[in-house]
Amino acid sequence: MEYIIKNGMVYDPLNNIDGEKMDICIRDGKIVESVGESAEVVDASGKIVMAGGVEPHTHIAGPKVNVGRMMRPEDSEKDVEAKSGDRRSGSGFSVPSTFMTGYRYTEMGYTTAMEAAMPPLIARHVHEELVDTPILDKGAYPLLGNNWFVMEYLKNGEVEECAAYIAWLMRATKGYAIKVVNPCGTEAWGWGGNVHGINDPAPKFGITGAEMIKGLVEANEMIGLPHSVHLHCNDLGHPGNYETTLASFDIAKNIKASPKYGERDISLYGTHVQFHSYGGTSWRDFESEAPAIADYLNKNDHIAIDVGQITLDETTTMTADGPMEFDLYTLTGFKWANCDVELETGSGVVPFIYSSKNPVHSTQWAIGMELFLLTKDPGKIMMTTDHPNAGPFTRYPRIIAWLMSSKYRNDLIENELHAWAQKRSSIATIDREYSLYDIAQVTRATAARVLGLSETKGHLGVGADADVAIYSFNPETQDASSDYMTIEAVFRMADHVFKDGEIVVKNGELVKPRIDGRTYWVNCHFNEELEKNVISDVKKKFKQYYTVNFENYEIGDGYMRRSAPIEIK
Amino acid sequence: MELIKNVPCPFCGTLCDDIICKVENNEIVGTMNACRIGHSKFMHHKDATLYKKPMIRKANGELVEVEIDEAIEKAVEILVNAKRPILYGWSSVSCEADEVGVELAEELKALIDNTATVCHGPSLLAVHDTGYPVCTLGEVKNRADVIIYWACNPMHAHPRHMSRHYFSRGYFRERGRPDRTLIVVDPRESDTAKLADIHLQVEPGKDYELLDAIRAAMKGHKILYENVAGVPRDLIYQAVELLKSAQFGNLFFGMGITQTSAKNRNIDAGICAIEELNEYGGKFTLIPMRGHYNVNGFNHVCTWTTGYPFCVDFATGYPRYNPGETGTNDLLQNKEADAMFVIGADPGAHFPQRALQRMVEIPVIAIEPHRTPTTELADIIIPPAQIGISSEGTAYRMDGVCFTMKKIIDSDLLSDKEILKRMLERVKEIHASESKMESVKEVTSPAK
Repeated sequence: MEYIIKNGMVYDPLNNIDGEKMDICIRDGKIVESVGESAEVVDASGKIVMAGGVEPHTHIAGPKVNVGRMMRPEDSEKDVEAKSGDRRSGSGFSVPSTFMTGYRYTEMGYTTAMEAAMPPLIARHVHEELVDTPILDKGAYPLLGNNWFVMEYLKNGEVEECAAYIAWLMRATKGYAIKVVNPCGTEAWGWGGNVHGINDPAPKFGITGAEMIKGLVEANEMIGLPHSVHLHCNDLGHPGNYETTLASFDIAKNIKASPKYGERDISLYGTHVQFHSYGGTSWRDFESEAPAIADYLNKNDHIAIDVGQITLDETTTMTADGPMEFDLYTLTGFKWANCDVELETGSGVVPFIYSSKNPVHSTQWAIGMELFLLTKDPGKIMMTTDHPNAGPFTRYPRIIAWLMSSKYRNDLIENELHAWAQKRSSIATIDREYSLYDIAQVTRATAARVLGLSETKGHLGVGADADVAIYSFNPETQDASSDYMTIEAVFRMADHVFKDGEIVVKNGELVKPRIDGRTYWVNCHFNEELEKNVISDVKKKFKQYYTVNFENYEIGDGYMRRSAPIEIK
Repeated sequence: MELIKNVPCPFCGTLCDDIICKVENNEIVGTMNACRIGHSKFMHHKDATLYKKPMIRKANGELVEVEIDEAIEKAVEILVNAKRPILYGWSSVSCEADEVGVELAEELKALIDNTATVCHGPSLLAVHDTGYPVCTLGEVKNRADVIIYWACNPMHAHPRHMSRHYFSRGYFRERGRPDRTLIVVDPRESDTAKLADIHLQVEPGKDYELLDAIRAAMKGHKILYENVAGVPRDLIYQAVELLKSAQFGNLFFGMGITQTSAKNRNIDAGICAIEELNEYGGKFTLIPMRGHYNVNGFNHVCTWTTGYPFCVDFATGYPRYNPGETGTNDLLQNKEADAMFVIGADPGAHFPQRALQRMVEIPVIAIEPHRTPTTELADIIIPPAQIGISSEGTAYRMDGVCFTMKKIIDSDLLSDKEILKRMLERVKEIHASESKMESVKEVTSPAK
């Protein structure tokens, strides 16, 4: 099937196209130079054309996500969808059921989404849910920042052994990237404790967060994975944590990115940095240090971040940072779920209400916005809400509108938010507004590049996957700065969405709810001789300490409908 | 003889994955490592009847063997024509079958529910109220110095649970049993209670009182009575001291507390106690002792597809959840249900009499390999290939760790998933032709 998208205003930062009127040709699921006469024409005149959105960090599948649903029927009944034709029913406002998740991302013009935390032992569950998340291409990041094998290898300085172990684990769990969450802190949580900062060692293992980050970044580049280490820093949500954040970022400064696939140029990815940009010493003198973080980003090229923007909603927090969730439970008195996973990681889930009347939450909102607006190069920053932690992903259109309109922001700051938003941050003094080009950068291009997927994702050049979003907004006649409500509406429901060259959203309606997306994973071949030794060591420990046999740990190919291995040799 | 190793056992929620099956001529002739119950699941109990062909009950009550197509067609006919069908069971089949089941329920506007409704359903209600602080079983094995079994008897119901997670040596508990203290709460002196360091012999049905006293004592309050729920005050103090000084404790709890009078309120109190115990410097978690090997799996599948773990009603087209109104027993006992589809469970053996009376009145379809009390009530019986023995599939252990169940021997029968898929396709066909008829009617009816 051939299509030609005619006369749209194209925003494609990876190819330096900024609002040019041009045609996009599609054949057999790919963007091509030209198509024949018989190609179906989609008229996009007076509309925006962008590549399909790429979500670098979200929580949409797996044990803690599902516990979030299970624990909160009150969230599920807030937002329900009936079955309609081929479209499955579902429910959930902050944690939608899997089908609804796929549909709603697609409706916003997103076509790729990465599940950011997969406990390796429970990888099957993550993949089972991903299979039931339609349309989207996806992948999942195995959690390695509190893994006993990794801790022991790195404690002994055996980075190469660690790399061999990780190479095996990526294949065994069909994982995509190394995820590190509160390194050593979650292990300490195994005993009800936590670590503070990057130089506080894990109990009994004696290795520090700093050593874990360094070792894992080195191992990552030794293997040559497409994505960098994906780091959730220590001390999340603590006043004064920005120093820990900057110190963590600095660890990777002199390690060179050397991916064997893709065009990544960073050696470290900092996630939901809004939660890590806090000054002060307590909630009383809490203040923004986002300018310091943005300054670091402006001066350094080895790092990119996603924001984790607060959307001021009632939501469900969930993370592998077990001790943080326990703190949140003691702070709120709300219900608390936790799951510690043997030898590997932990997790927690707590409902949370971000209120515009609350001084801290208002400041958190401002900090996220500051990160977006003070970081000069949108090639270093990505739009996320750390779904659903800072808010559900369905609020992305509103964030886009906030970024594009200082009027929209100021109305909120003046009329809705607590005075701390202005007093404890610099947000009220910033009048920068994102252009559509910047929006395309932070919602697609940057993520595709740092994930190592920019050959086929995040752009509209020839050879890219034909994942395309068309939005009904005419930048020649409409002004995003004043017409921000329209921006919010058009990014909520795209006019057309193509996935792999098929029309899935047509005139603002999802028409193909049953197609399957790819599952990306890395098929690592590192050092086969070394891997053999490492695995025989791992096997011994499996017998002693796991409650699952080694042979039942690897998940096999059956848990992906469209397996998309990336070969790393 | 062939030895097939690392087989996960399709019996209880412990899902031991180290079973060795001895296979000869496509028959399992023996097992190693399995407990007695697991062994008999693989081998089939000598007095059990294993169905080989689908059957339909004739008007005179006699079961007659039929071909699979006929059985499926008849089952679909019953379900499509029912106004308030229930799809019940789902705990001894694979997650893949459960997924098709949820879609079938959606297509039929039926109610879907699993065995949690009569076992750990109250635990799920308590999770909605207070939370779910759990860990995987390996955490217990590697770290736990205090283990509580409350209202469960693993020595008989989950026979290898204690040897795998309590007696066994762990990373931080090198000696195994001597490094751990065992508290058992049970009105009986069960075989599990006999092993306990502290046995709190609670009076039947008074678990809530005891939990309340424990929580009060934990917070430093004095207990005013010499005995609470039949347990001496000093013994409660002793247990509380032990809990508060634990490095890592875990509570395993069973149906003796989920299904006695206060039900979910018991579990509320239990979860709160565990949450509070984390405030004394040590770590505490809990794990419900799930029964069927994949009862947890259905709750997960149902949650990720609909948003709710069980008792999901599709009558309105979207998932609705209100246990007490949308439970299998509610619909049966209120005589709302007019057809029942049973898979991977035996309600005939476990449901209260009023529910069974309704099951006798309405058509019942059973996807069931064995002759059971449910099949005695069934109008259609379709035997499937059994998951973990003659077909593959995924199952979730009581702690959420999942396994790929193995196919050990071949079977001529369709798997649960295949049967359900064929039913779903057929239902869709019927619905499609019905809606076509509707639209034809609309076109041909004269305009008013």
